Amino acid sequence: MTLRKAAAIAGIGELKPMRQSDGRSALHLMAEAGRLAILDAGMTPGEVDGLLVAPPLQGVPVTFPSIVAEYLGLQPSYCDIVDLGGASGAGQVWRAAAAIQAGMCHTVLCLTGDAQDPQTFYQRGATVWGLPAPEFDRPYGPMGANSGYAMAASRHMALYGTTSRQLAKIAVDQRTNACANPDALFYGKPITVDDVLNSRLVVDPLHLLEIVMPCSGAAAVLVTSPERARQAPHPPVLLLGAGEKVTHAAPYYAPDLTCTGIAAAARQAFTMAGVTPQDIDLVSVYDCYTITVAITLEDAGFCAKGQAGPFVEEHDLTWKGDFPVNTHGGQLSFGQPGLAGGMSHVTEAVRQLRGEAHGRQVKNCELAYVNGNGGVLSEEVSLILARG
Amino acid sequence: MTTTEYQKPLPRPTVVSQPFWEAARQHRLVVQECRRCGHRQHYPRPFCVRCLGTELSWRECSGRGTVYAFTVVRQAASAAFAPDIPYVLATVELEEGPRLATNIVGCPPEAVRVGLPVQAVFEDVTPEATLIKFRPAS
Repeated sequence: MTLRKAAAIAGIGELKPMRQSDGRSALHLMAEAGRLAILDAGMTPGEVDGLLVAPPLQGVPVTFPSIVAEYLGLQPSYCDIVDLGGASGAGQVWRAAAAIQAGMCHTVLCLTGDAQDPQTFYQRGATVWGLPAPEFDRPYGPMGANSGYAMAASRHMALYGTTSRQLAKIAVDQRTNACANPDALFYGKPITVDDVLNSRLVVDPLHLLEIVMPCSGAAAVLVTSPERARQAPHPPVLLLGAGEKVTHAAPYYAPDLTCTGIAAAARQAFTMAGVTPQDIDLVSVYDCYTITVAITLEDAGFCAKGQAGPFVEEHDLTWKGDFPVNTHGGQLSFGQPGLAGGMSHVTEAVRQLRGEAHGRQVKNCELAYVNGNGGVLSEEVSLILARG
Repeated sequence: MTTTEYQKPLPRPTVVSQPFWEAARQHRLVVQECRRCGHRQHYPRPFCVRCLGTELSWRECSGRGTVYAFTVVRQAASAAFAPDIPYVLATVELEEGPRLATNIVGCPPEAVRVGLPVQAVFEDVTPEATLIKFRPAS
């Protein structure tokens, strides 16, 4: 069995990231993105018979998928929640394709979003008895995901000689991309490598400008059969391959903090697609921190293990460069609206493959590699998407 | 409540982890060892995650290990940690195999390196709770 060409993305919907949500709830924002995706596909709610939702970070009630379905006016034949942290969006796409291939439904709305409004903000990380993190990690003062990725970065630097200057180049090139994307949170605010290196050290070796900005927003994609996608107003984007790997939850217990599950996920996706990293025109990968991109480029096979530092120095990662990465600006410069941050790598790949990335279009973009990443390099989902 | 009361998160032991924390109170570091396959694991679980065997013993560790990865936290995780800034959060790999989350103490943050040999120290933070931290091995 394979998911190669089992489904296509026919519609996308994404809200412009906002620092706050102006009193709109996560559910409200997610519904707006869902509406846009259905409209983008030229469909009506009655034609959507599948729904996959990701949890907003404020937390979710029991039966959240049916709550979202009711709010959107959907009566799906397949309705579920996908919680792979930042990999949820990419994880939804292949699950939707699998459900379509299995005949359980034909058109699945995949939905992510979050609201940072102080009115709705829920203090995360509350102590929950009986879970490992509050008992074995939090007494020592970890700073959420920040300290986990900082540990990955410190180890990568120690093992491979990676430098802060090399990692900063990733943030700079992605900011250049954001400056070509009016929807990006940091549009119109170019930065230099020195700006990154001179920004405040938050968790050594990571500087403020290497750390993602949480915000509000939502993103959705509509996955359907290739036949239905061909009836939609936009060129279909085909799923060629998918792979997933979950290796741990907390960084202390990772089998290897710098050789991650991305390798297995990417290998499965490339094998299914029948293509290699050399065939890829666009890399659209999870970037909660600069180190995440570096490790992804290595583990996915775009460069050798430990060579991401020199690789990003030698290549132009901007939309007009020789190795375009995160052309929307990535989460670092586009914004991270909760788990919609991970979906933004999917929506940007769709825009580029359609040839609709106005002002930042990668030339002859036919094949994209997408990676979603959750936790601290914990949950990994790789997708290969192609112009249909 | 006095201002000297310990404000940081404390472990709330479960029926599975109680012996680990009780050992820490006695200034001993223990990890679970499977009597069937020999696998050692931290944190404690009700069974061996390699062979699923339920016969686990508590193996006394030397307290020696190396820094697997670390970071210097310069922005407090919560108000209670603010006075400690900057402090070192680390993953230490024990000589016996398992890794754990901890702090490196007893040296300036700049002295910490990946691969640094370290030795467990036991910090009695309250009469009921002892945290296991590490200092550079002498």
